[in-house]
Amino acid sequence: MTITAYIYLATLLFAIGALVVLLRRNTIIVFMGVELMLNACNLALITFSRMHGNLDGQVYALFVMVVAAAEVVVGLAIIMSIYRARRSASVDDANLLKL
Amino acid sequence: MSVLETSVGLALADPSAVRAVEATGTSALAWLLIALPLLGAALLLVGGRATDSFGPLLATLLSWGSFVVGALIVLQLSGLGADERAMSVPLWDWVTAGDLSVHAGLLIDPLSMAFVLLITFVGSLIHVYSLGYMAHDPDKRRFFAYLNLFVAAMLILVLADSYLLLFVGWEGVGLASYLLIGFWNHNPEYASAANKAFVVNRIGDFALIIAMAFMLATFGGLDFATVHGNAGGASTTILTVIGLLLLLGACGKSAQFPLQSWLGDAMAGPTPVSALIHAATMVTAGVYLVVRSQAIFDLTPDARLAVVIVGAITLLFGAIVGCAKDDIKKALAASTMSQIGYMMLAAGLGPIGYAFAIFHLLTHGFFKAGMFLGAGSVMHGMADRVDMRRYGGLSRMMKITWLTFMAGWLAILGVPPFAGFWSKDKIIESAFVDQGNGAWQAWVFGLVALIGAGITAFYMSRLFFMTFHGKARWEDDVDPHESPLTMTVPMMVLAVGSVLLGFALSWNDTFARWLEPVTGHVEHHEPVLSVPVIMGLTLALVIAGAAFAWLRYGRDEVPVVAPVGSFATQAARRDLFQDDFNESFLRRPGAALVAGLEAADNDVVDGGLVDGTSRGLAGVADVVRRAQNGFVRTYALTMLAGIVAILGAVWVIQ
Repeated sequence: MTITAYIYLATLLFAIGALVVLLRRNTIIVFMGVELMLNACNLALITFSRMHGNLDGQVYALFVMVVAAAEVVVGLAIIMSIYRARRSASVDDANLLKL
Repeated sequence: MSVLETSVGLALADPSAVRAVEATGTSALAWLLIALPLLGAALLLVGGRATDSFGPLLATLLSWGSFVVGALIVLQLSGLGADERAMSVPLWDWVTAGDLSVHAGLLIDPLSMAFVLLITFVGSLIHVYSLGYMAHDPDKRRFFAYLNLFVAAMLILVLADSYLLLFVGWEGVGLASYLLIGFWNHNPEYASAANKAFVVNRIGDFALIIAMAFMLATFGGLDFATVHGNAGGASTTILTVIGLLLLLGACGKSAQFPLQSWLGDAMAGPTPVSALIHAATMVTAGVYLVVRSQAIFDLTPDARLAVVIVGAITLLFGAIVGCAKDDIKKALAASTMSQIGYMMLAAGLGPIGYAFAIFHLLTHGFFKAGMFLGAGSVMHGMADRVDMRRYGGLSRMMKITWLTFMAGWLAILGVPPFAGFWSKDKIIESAFVDQGNGAWQAWVFGLVALIGAGITAFYMSRLFFMTFHGKARWEDDVDPHESPLTMTVPMMVLAVGSVLLGFALSWNDTFARWLEPVTGHVEHHEPVLSVPVIMGLTLALVIAGAAFAWLRYGRDEVPVVAPVGSFATQAARRDLFQDDFNESFLRRPGAALVAGLEAADNDVVDGGLVDGTSRGLAGVADVVRRAQNGFVRTYALTMLAGIVAILGAVWVIQ
């Protein structure tokens, strides 16, 4: 099993995550898509770290995890308050940015 | 030509002749002349109702105070040698911008002091008169404030030592004139008469501004010393242009052809105003301007010829209009226009005429103001009626008014030894002098002046007989009575002036010699006709005119309703169609131009450019707006597409 297979997997996961974000309406699912993309990035970073034989990629992966954790907290809080305000978790209902 | 050359020589050889020494003694207090009435105007206007009780009296006192200062300065001047009589009173650095520097300062010389005495003396008398005339007007205080403002502005005009400061006074008298013509502005006609005077004057003022611009460009300064001192070095073309522009400015202020149309309507103002502003002082500012700018006019025969032509046209114009007017004030206004035409004609004749122009200006200031005050007194007694066809036989009811008016009447007719004889005959004589620029000029202008004297005699006698003689044609509700002393005393004083002033100032050539430091010494010139012949002809014409007027308006009964009259009469009644001319050749095209510009502005600028741009942007925005649908997923897709595009671009480049 060559190391490039990890890259393909990461790409596939990122694409799935992106599609989930673009296509699903439920905010929670969209959020999961975002997580999937972040983790695809992590996988790619660690793969590159392995390819180049240094630890930079892994360090970045740790950073991404920390940021992702923070983002989950804030994101879930926003989703909760939107749900409370609008009785819906659909992203299409939260279109107040439009005039 | 010799006259021209000597004066040119004087202007060229010794520019310092016009540079005055700094004033000492009483003259250093010349600023008081202006400050006193200005203070009065400020106090009365700012003080408001609080000054209602004593305001008019205070204004009158301040005006007399100004006269006293003027008289003291003249006393001081007359004690000095002829060439020491020009003094300057520097006030402050006024305009300093780049190379331009104008100092505000006063110039005291025989010319300006002659005006100062006329303005303050006649002005103060009219203040006194107004105490009686305006006694029952609720806005009396405002009236006196404006009168004081006028006196101050007029004094600035004649005392200024630069064209710029002169212009301040010039505008100031225009403002005061506007305020006073429209003093009873609750009557819309009077208010629009004030507007008319202001607008017509604006044309002249505009010309004066351009003249100043030319002076600035040519001489680098605006004070009289610089401009007049260097006039000899400028090209004749420039001088002619400046001269013509100054003339146009003078035409506006002095109601000369072609800017004469406002003066008749200006009679909407209270009669003391007509006497002071529109007869004795302000309207003569144009003559002052021409005489003051003699250094320029001496060097351009063309501009001087234009001045003479304007004067000649106006003197006939005013005289003809005066023959047909039934409104006593409008007839006097036409006469004023005509008499100022005489002064302009004299001023345009050059050095031989300057002194006579100012001389006639002084005597005219007295007798015309006297007659205007007389007209005001008549109106006062006749319940403000102005139609002379409804007067008649007033000599029995108003003895003092009748006698004082008679003095003015004889003076303007030029009957010896009354004032007008001494000044007007001199002008007619000068007009007949051949100055070497073609004998036709001497004949044409001389005859115009001569005929003008005859017509003057006719219309002034018509006015006099229609008002004071013949059968009483009063309406039933009027009760003619003599005016109070506050009104009659100024009239008496002016009547004395109308009788004696000409003789007194001609005695030993007093006045001509007084003005000599300014106007230069002039040798006597022989007219193309001998002097006794001219004098005889003038007198004959005057007597003929007066006799004709007596036959028609003294002996014969005057119809109460004006007869239709010939075409000439109708034309004169309509001011020789001056308003119709202005209406069809100036106002209508002007209005059409404005309408066209407005349409162009609305349709092309606003409609095409401004609205078009906004409509286009709105259309584009309407399309682009659809991209912003508010769905987070669409934005995310856009971002993703953008990132993919960037990555693709990077990949292709590598």
